[in-house]
Amino acid sequence: MENSNQPIVTIRNLTKSYRRGIQVIPVLEHINFDIPEGEFLALMGPSGSGKSTLLNLIAGIDKTDTGTIMVGGLDITSMTETELARWRATNVGFIFQFYNLIPVLTAFENVELPLLLTWLSRKERRDHVEMALQMVGLADRMDHYPSQLSGGQQQRVAIARAIVTDPTLLVADEPTGDLDRISAEEILELMARLNREFGKTIIMVTHDPHAAERAHIIRKLEKGILNAHSQTHL
Amino acid sequence: MHILKLIFRNALRHKLRTALTILGITIAILAFGILRTLVNAWYSGVEASSSTRLISRNSISLVFSLPLSYKEKIRQIPGVKGVSYAIWFNGTYISEKNFIPNFAVEPKTFLELYPEYLLPEDRKTAFIRDRKSAIAGRKVAERFQWKVGDTIILKGTIFPGTWEFVLRGIYYGAERSADETQLFFHWNYLNERLKKTTPRRADQTGVYIIGIDDPDQAAEISEAIDKTFKNSLAETLTETEKAFQMSFVTMTQAIVTVIQFVSFLVIIIIMAVVANTMAMTARERIGEYAIMKTLGFGGWHIAILILGESLIITITGCVFGIILTFPTAEYFGKTMGSFFPVFSVSVITIFLDIAAAFFVGLLAAVFPTWRAVRIQIADGLRRIG
Ligand SMILES: Nc1ncnc2c1ncn2[C@@H]1O[C@H](COP(=O)(O)OP(=O)(O)OP(=O)(O)O)[C@@H](O)[C@H]1O
Ligand SMILES: [Mg+2]
Repeated sequence: MENSNQPIVTIRNLTKSYRRGIQVIPVLEHINFDIPEGEFLALMGPSGSGKSTLLNLIAGIDKTDTGTIMVGGLDITSMTETELARWRATNVGFIFQFYNLIPVLTAFENVELPLLLTWLSRKERRDHVEMALQMVGLADRMDHYPSQLSGGQQQRVAIARAIVTDPTLLVADEPTGDLDRISAEEILELMARLNREFGKTIIMVTHDPHAAERAHIIRKLEKGILNAHSQTHL
Repeated sequence: MHILKLIFRNALRHKLRTALTILGITIAILAFGILRTLVNAWYSGVEASSSTRLISRNSISLVFSLPLSYKEKIRQIPGVKGVSYAIWFNGTYISEKNFIPNFAVEPKTFLELYPEYLLPEDRKTAFIRDRKSAIAGRKVAERFQWKVGDTIILKGTIFPGTWEFVLRGIYYGAERSADETQLFFHWNYLNERLKKTTPRRADQTGVYIIGIDDPDQAAEISEAIDKTFKNSLAETLTETEKAFQMSFVTMTQAIVTVIQFVSFLVIIIIMAVVANTMAMTARERIGEYAIMKTLGFGGWHIAILILGESLIITITGCVFGIILTFPTAEYFGKTMGSFFPVFSVSVITIFLDIAAAFFVGLLAAVFPTWRAVRIQIADGLRRIG
């Protein structure tokens, strides 16, 4: 990792709480956290500890209370809704637990969806989509609808959708949480490859210690506090 | 792929729900169109009336007649081009159900004043020459399958007895608005019989029809006519043909207002139905909208998705509704032809149909769109799984 000492994500003094009526529920407290570029990081911790919340904040789909999050040198906490949307479209790829494909679109069309926001021509879009689907090994399933694919295949389509815009950062919230062991293994291998061969920085939330082993670093979140003693592989 | 494709696929997602909503709109547009056409038909007599014709009647009521001797005096009033006269005969053909408006008229002057009733020249002369003849409009002739030369028998109501006529011609309307459902026969024929049976009713007419050159002078000429017969035994009330026709319509103005109100009510009801469909649809897809937002789509993309789907549904329903309006109107026109001489769908009605469909489609999508656009991504994603 040549750039490993240059952080792609810098979090300073981050707090986040939710309001339920008059009750304020603190979720994240004074998080300070750097993620080097090209890293494959696993975020673990008990349910309700705020893993998804932290991931969403880094990916720019939720708002912080205080503190700053810098991604790729940009302070995303000061961006407007529209700026954030544009930023996400080009810089972040999302992988969810339940794949979250659009059911009425084919695998091809699902992967093409983020490209509709670009100025690419029809043909360029087609090339990108085919390349992405090839990378996840589903070039022969382009015209299938999500309901015609297995869970593992759907998740691979979702990964293709996440990488089709060539973002630097991939965020995954329990990407194997809904898959059997073999499919999960395939997905993890695919992610490891994207990290290894294409230098994608990956932040993955997981409950599964087995999945976490594929990451270089494991950080533990406990009651909204990031554990300082993280295990590091490699 | 285009975003339109996604809109179409979304619309087809719940086929039954979409189909039922479209059916609802189709029926609403059809009902709206027919009710509007009905209102138009109501006013068609007014529309068809000429602004160069005045009608003079007994100032007390239409029930009372005017002496024939007024004819010459009216003719002499400046601005008057021609005078004819007519009596509302109200004879029954076979049965009361077969309503045909029928009048005793002075044929020559009458046809001169009504150039919109077209008749071949030889038929016209045949009609004028034969004292016992009648002419009928195309629609009524078709309805009873009358041919020229047929004998038509009317049972008198106002004027008792049996009245026989030979059909000498069938007239056509020069314009669509012209009434083709009437029957006209000779005033003379009626008068001669009245002389024998009830002499005190003879030499009278129901109304005078007065042709004028300049519509702008209608008021002054009307006034001049009424002044001429002031303080005589039968005073006149003269007005334009339009105003005269209008006085029949206003009697039923309340009904027309109710029909108009109902036609708009139908649109409001269907709006509630479409709004409900769109609210259900958008609620189900909140998670998907959140995903699209995550991918970088903006609020207005989501708005286009929902609005587009809503409009596709309403416009489709509207198209079906319009297509069905024409045969339905024709059917109504046939079965109620005698009540509504003109029963045809106007261009304005079609425009109103389309406007209503757009209005419903847009308004029904407003609330779901607002909710979908406003929702926080993190909250939307939380609803999945
Ligand atoms: N929109 C919200 N409104 C109120 N409370 C929320 C909201 N989102 C999250 N929370 C609360 O914040 C805390 C952290 O939630 P989060 O989803 O980040 O946990 P997590 O670590 O991802 O848990 P899990 O492993 O179960 O996914 C929880 O107590 C949750 O109830
Ligand atoms: Mg979570």
